[in-house]
Amino acid sequence: MRRLRNLIPGVDSDLLMRDAARAMPDPARRGFLRGAASLGALTFLTGCDIIDGNSAEAVLRKISEFNDGAQALLFRRGALAPEYPASAVTRPFPFNAYYALSEAPVLDGSLYRFEVGGLVDNKKPWTLDELHALPQVSQITRLICVEGWSAIGSWQGARLSDFLARVGADTRAKYVWFRCAEGYSNTIDMATALHPQTQMAFRFDNEILPRAYGFPMKIRMPTKLGFKNPKYVVAMEVTNTDKGGYWEDQGYNWFSGL
Amino acid sequence: MTAETAADTVAERPSHPVIHPGWLRLCHWINAVAMLVMIASGWQIYNAAPLFGFTFPGSVTLGGWLAGGLLWHFAAMWVLAINGLVYLALGFATGRFQARLWPIAPAAVFSDVKAALTFRLNHADLSRYNAVQKLLYTGVIISGIVIVLSGLAMWKPVQLQELTAVFGGYEWVRYVHFFAMAAIVGFLVVHVTLALLVPKSLRAMVTGR
Repeated sequence: MRRLRNLIPGVDSDLLMRDAARAMPDPARRGFLRGAASLGALTFLTGCDIIDGNSAEAVLRKISEFNDGAQALLFRRGALAPEYPASAVTRPFPFNAYYALSEAPVLDGSLYRFEVGGLVDNKKPWTLDELHALPQVSQITRLICVEGWSAIGSWQGARLSDFLARVGADTRAKYVWFRCAEGYSNTIDMATALHPQTQMAFRFDNEILPRAYGFPMKIRMPTKLGFKNPKYVVAMEVTNTDKGGYWEDQGYNWFSGL
Repeated sequence: MTAETAADTVAERPSHPVIHPGWLRLCHWINAVAMLVMIASGWQIYNAAPLFGFTFPGSVTLGGWLAGGLLWHFAAMWVLAINGLVYLALGFATGRFQARLWPIAPAAVFSDVKAALTFRLNHADLSRYNAVQKLLYTGVIISGIVIVLSGLAMWKPVQLQELTAVFGGYEWVRYVHFFAMAAIVGFLVVHVTLALLVPKSLRAMVTGR
């Protein structure tokens, strides 16, 4: 297990440590069924074969893919996530990752270049100043973590749909993939990428994003669970290939829509 | 079928009428499995962000870690919901709910609770539910409806935000879902205990008679 230190002020470090430990995909946690002794009670109902080993996991992952399709059908582009007044913002807003804040990426804004690739007309990299010069929008929405807790945050940045139009993206493509400085990644569906509240966020609470919240760019999607909102984003690709993602590859549902 | 067994069946009919039709028994046992999977995987999910100062021991959770619990939960939900809809539709369409579960008179509940606590509650006729049974079965059906609706509201707080709002918003719906689970688990404890104390009721849910 990794050491967790230098946590942000105002956040209960014990709680945070427990959170991180729970989220940690160490080998003992990887098997969905290991350590689940309660299965003894269920085996007689389901038969042994499906219960042990990879076959159960394969079946469950197939159903999870089916659930991706069901959620895509439920998704309505016009359905906006509820917005809140500034007084509702959770302070301090939690830092959450599978590593400690001290291990979070540190990026130099002046050297930062946002790479754009795949099915787009213009692949010119973007400087942070150029990104900040894009028309900015604001949202105060609830971030809901896959673990169940939630917090209300205030993000400012550019609409991703505007940016996709500006770089001449083929919006008939199926996916948009994001790569982050620490190796984290996410693939999202095009419908969500074009949702009016999907934002390339450069600010939190009207201040330049602090390191904890993803400097210099977080992709904020109030229509998806928190882990589908990547931080420290350095590259984007418009693609017809599902490139998966850090948590999705380990078993979290791919669509993870709200 | 031999003449002998046919005669047996005919002879048995008056003294052993069908208490639970086949569709009901099927729904009951499918629900039992789905509900156990939902509860055990739900406890795994709860442990990732506990609402109260306790977590469920790993020995009674399903999935091994959060992602595994979620995969089980969102697989079994289809079985639970579809089976539950079939059960509700047939329960009303066949008139079983109206005949077996209604009316629930408060006075009858009171006297039957008293009889139950003094071990004098009559179970001679399994096809007629006493007032306590009516109350518990109706209560668990309502809890089942609440747990599915609150689950949907928690799963889709944007797409189904009107439903989430009915429960008071995302943070409140987590509590509603938890307490509906607690009500169902409480029912299960009583239900399983009584089924074991009156084994012929268990037999009736297996064979129908």
